[in-house]
Amino acid sequence: MTGKTRNYHAARWDEPIISDMGSPGQRGILVDEADPVIQASGNGLAAIPQNMRRSSAPALPELSQVQVLRHYMRLSQMTLGFDLTPDASSGTCTMKYSPKVNELVARLPEITELHPLQADETMQGIMQVVYDFGKMMCAISGMDQYSLQPASGAQGIYTNACIIRAYHESRGEADQRTEIITTAFSHPADAATPSVAGFKVITLMPGPNGYPGMESLKAVLSDRTAGLMVTNPEDTGLFNPELPDMVAAVQKAGGLCAYDQANANGLFGIVRAGDTGFDLCQFNLHKTFSAPHSSQGQGTSAVGVKSHLARFLPKPTVDLKDGKYFWDHDRPDSIGKVRGFNGNVQTILKAYAWVMALGADGLRAVAETAVINNNYLATQIVKIKGVDLPWDPTVRRLEQVRYSWAKLHEDTGVTTSDLTRKMADYGLQTYMESHVPRLVDEPMTLEPTESLSLEELDEYVGVLQAISDEAYSDPETLKGAPYNAATDQLPHDQFDDPDKWAMTWRAFKRKRS
Amino acid sequence: MASIGEVEEKRRLGLIVNPIAGMGGRVGLKGTDSMEIVREAVRLGGVPESPGRAITALRQLFTAAGDGIELLAAPGRMGEDEAIESGFRPIAIGVAGGGDSTGETSASDTRRAAEAMVAAGVDLILFAGGDGTARDIYSAVGDAVPVVGIPAGVKMHSAVYATNPRAAANLVEKFLANPDLPLRELEVMDIDEDAFRQGSVSASLYGYMRVPYERHLIQGAKSGSEPSDESAAMAVAREMARRVTPGHLYVLGPGTTLRGIGRELGVEKTLLGVDLYKDGEIIARDVTAAQVARAVGDNEGHTSIVVTPIGGQGHIFGRGNQQISPSVIREAGKDAIVVVATTNKLAALRGRPLLVDTGDPEVDDMLSGYIRVVTGINMESVYRVSA
Repeated sequence: MTGKTRNYHAARWDEPIISDMGSPGQRGILVDEADPVIQASGNGLAAIPQNMRRSSAPALPELSQVQVLRHYMRLSQMTLGFDLTPDASSGTCTMKYSPKVNELVARLPEITELHPLQADETMQGIMQVVYDFGKMMCAISGMDQYSLQPASGAQGIYTNACIIRAYHESRGEADQRTEIITTAFSHPADAATPSVAGFKVITLMPGPNGYPGMESLKAVLSDRTAGLMVTNPEDTGLFNPELPDMVAAVQKAGGLCAYDQANANGLFGIVRAGDTGFDLCQFNLHKTFSAPHSSQGQGTSAVGVKSHLARFLPKPTVDLKDGKYFWDHDRPDSIGKVRGFNGNVQTILKAYAWVMALGADGLRAVAETAVINNNYLATQIVKIKGVDLPWDPTVRRLEQVRYSWAKLHEDTGVTTSDLTRKMADYGLQTYMESHVPRLVDEPMTLEPTESLSLEELDEYVGVLQAISDEAYSDPETLKGAPYNAATDQLPHDQFDDPDKWAMTWRAFKRKRS
Repeated sequence: MASIGEVEEKRRLGLIVNPIAGMGGRVGLKGTDSMEIVREAVRLGGVPESPGRAITALRQLFTAAGDGIELLAAPGRMGEDEAIESGFRPIAIGVAGGGDSTGETSASDTRRAAEAMVAAGVDLILFAGGDGTARDIYSAVGDAVPVVGIPAGVKMHSAVYATNPRAAANLVEKFLANPDLPLRELEVMDIDEDAFRQGSVSASLYGYMRVPYERHLIQGAKSGSEPSDESAAMAVAREMARRVTPGHLYVLGPGTTLRGIGRELGVEKTLLGVDLYKDGEIIARDVTAAQVARAVGDNEGHTSIVVTPIGGQGHIFGRGNQQISPSVIREAGKDAIVVVATTNKLAALRGRPLLVDTGDPEVDDMLSGYIRVVTGINMESVYRVSA
């Protein structure tokens, strides 16, 4: 049923960038003179080589403590996040509740005061967590060994590509096996990272069912095949039932198969990568395992391999000998480090706590609830005028759906980009349209996960219903949305214009003048 | 933004409606290129599609941006009437009603209107029609001015049309508001209607017109944004230039993608013709089927035929590149065929297969199935080919 929508208006602070704020001489903290002991020990800066010292002080903004605090409080008021709004919008991102108790655990001084270069015997506790979590991941995925070093999903997928390359190098076939096969609806990192690793990338396009099948795979398998790197279900939420056969065919041709399980929310406790025949895989702990995404910050990818690939995993790995945990650097066949130090242990700890709280049955319940929520949402959404399920609408999607507003666009001229901006006027996250390339017209990709209640799902449907109604009754007003959000429409063509984009403050200052 | 007291300059838009486009379709006449056929269509109860579709687009455009547009319309049913019905107060331009007493319009009216609009300095011509209309405008003004087509014809091999009338209106609105919107060259094709009525299709590539397009821009750091058509096409060209080997003959089909490959190779590739390339130079330009056959025969086993989908339907053979005959394709073999296309071009097919219509069913069969398509540097896609 359709839920009630909210009367909402976001905070709008017209807040400048912090580097444009403050005035010379303002300070947050007045630092005391160094005490005599430190003074006696000399100037620590002298240890820095002359050619590495800056000649002038960095141009940092000068503000008082409370000004800094207000600045970030205001910015926080102008964001939407899972703790503020039920986010079914960020399809493929698996936005779920991150239990606050896990956050508290990760903020214990025993964790925050750790240093990665401490002696092993002084951090046996966190090493045990990393070691045990690797074992849990083996049970969850059917793999034999894990690395928790990569700090993002894409880095984990890249690690998979590097392991595939190392495997073929070890067999003297690296020069011959140069082709990685992926699918158009897999995450773009499944194409991008093998490309960075030096492979040629071949993309299978979807067939009439919305996913590619054996036929198109057979057309490209050869002795040049290095491997297959895919997601399943794909971005569409459709599960490719031919994948086990495709995995077998790739392996028969001499390739390895990597399962990108960044989003495993539809499969937890139901299907294991290892049982399906995959050689290696990766999971995003900051998606499926409830650790926060941290705005592209502190993530972790768990990279799992079958035993025949274990020697190629990044080093160091945590191992156990005579009741002591140690970082094993003695791994001559390893692809090396993919990340400084030992990974984001706080993220691993949060995921560990989450799995321990749920247990095996709980994990399965996560997948079942996520799939049921998604199918309830889909059943309600297809009743809204102008939206369709591409391909066969009777085939169930798993944890997410890529919908199409093509009908509404043809009827009203309103695009999916207009619709998604309007979401913000109801206090909901703008929705994910699609990864590129766009194979679905006027796409919308939603994923409610297990964390949304029936009332929240109904509210979400109510908002989409209201937006569709407005598109049909007053399309021109809708195209100007958002009106009640923290910002107006952004001139987004500037984001990818090299003359206008700015990745650094220095570049911004130069280009805005 | 205009400040108080400043008058914002209006953008000038040309409008041409081919009032008989689409009429032949429902009555099975395959198009309305001659007046005789038009009368036959009327007799059979054919109803023109284009005025209604033009009005759908114009109404939306008027509501969204009517105040900022000075509309120059072809007279009477060729645009002026539809514009008035949509709320505009158009200035009629060109010669009314074909200049004869019957009130019938013809291709020459379209051409005269397009010429007058370019002379009047329009920013863009919006037109409603089919392949014949696009071809008439192209023959009059070439690519002198950007165009947007409202799809309304029976024959739709050209690629210059928006997906539907409202999408056409959106594009015009955005282009008039932002003259920096990128333009891309898209095919103007037309088939010989007489031959089509006899059951055979012979589509020729007449040229390219510039059409504004809107990229699906950045959504957020997680999904990224599409590369521009230009940079994607350049990546395809670089990849092909990298693959070129000495002593090997390359039969280069028509199209902007192939012209781009020529640029990467440092040679001037014809846009509409089939050229032969070998060892760093174009050895023959705009060749005939016989010339292609001879060259392929002389380079047995060392030939690649490089083609890109031509037109809105996704044909890789048999539309606009008939110089590459079925016997040559058979002789060279499927492995010698290299299909190049940007990923967006494949995505625009919306799951429909690439098409082959060489005129020889056996060769069409040979090409059917799956084929690798070069889509970028070290990037390929696998795509279905169907006859």
